[in-house]
Amino acid sequence: MIATEFPLWATLPASLLLVIGGLLTVIGSLGLLRLPTFFARMHGPSMGNTLGTGCVLIASMILSSALLHRPVAHEFIITVFIVIVSPVTAMLVMRAARYRTRVKEERRQQGLQREQE
Amino acid sequence: MRRVPPIFALVMLAMWLLLNSSISLAHIILGAVISSLLLLAAYPLRPLQPRMRRGPVLLRLAFKVLIDVIRSNIGVARVILGLTERGKIHSGFMQIPLDLRDPHGLSVLAMIITCTPGTVWVELSPDRSMLTIHVLDLVDESEWIERIKNRYERALIEVFQ
Repeated sequence: MIATEFPLWATLPASLLLVIGGLLTVIGSLGLLRLPTFFARMHGPSMGNTLGTGCVLIASMILSSALLHRPVAHEFIITVFIVIVSPVTAMLVMRAARYRTRVKEERRQQGLQREQE
Repeated sequence: MRRVPPIFALVMLAMWLLLNSSISLAHIILGAVISSLLLLAAYPLRPLQPRMRRGPVLLRLAFKVLIDVIRSNIGVARVILGLTERGKIHSGFMQIPLDLRDPHGLSVLAMIITCTPGTVWVELSPDRSMLTIHVLDLVDESEWIERIKNRYERALIEVFQ
């Protein structure tokens, strides 16, 4: 294996960004465990989705630019597509969850009525 | 035939150049040919015409959103780790009356709201006048209405309507 030497100006910010991005994603995923309701849990992973991936992508830009000795920026397109696409799944999941809670609520009320009768 | 706005071709050309990470003349020509052919093929499939004015407003909005994303990432992290003063999470749905009607502006608003941690777009009423969102840290509803209407919606109305 060839050990690649990165210059210090690239490794310092890149590793800092990787650590920050990783921490943000971990905290976001921790939200899946800690938050009480489904709707609240929707918010946790979006941290990893935004600033988490953002930090990792900037780190990738810095490192590959240093490696190839020219600016590399096509990671930017990944960010654009994540931003464009994420509302679609969020809306789908949200609507499904709302429908499910509504159906549950109706069933519960029907059950209560039956008990009263 | 309707006129195809040149901005689409320019964006696609920029994407092509970014993907190839080169700005050599050959790539510019190839990218221009491919993007205009694709546009001519795809444009009739989408009859809705976006009208965009005042690009600098959009750039300023993007910068504002970037700052908000960083701020709300910190906010959501605090809520998850239980660092808020109250210790209890008040999350809930809230409704926001909208003045923005343009579908392109609304889809940009959906991207902004969903990409900011702590808020998720839930649904839009069929006449596009009432938006329902879910907020993780719902303390003051009027503050959120203020923020979405003043910070985002006003700029989007300026650009798209």
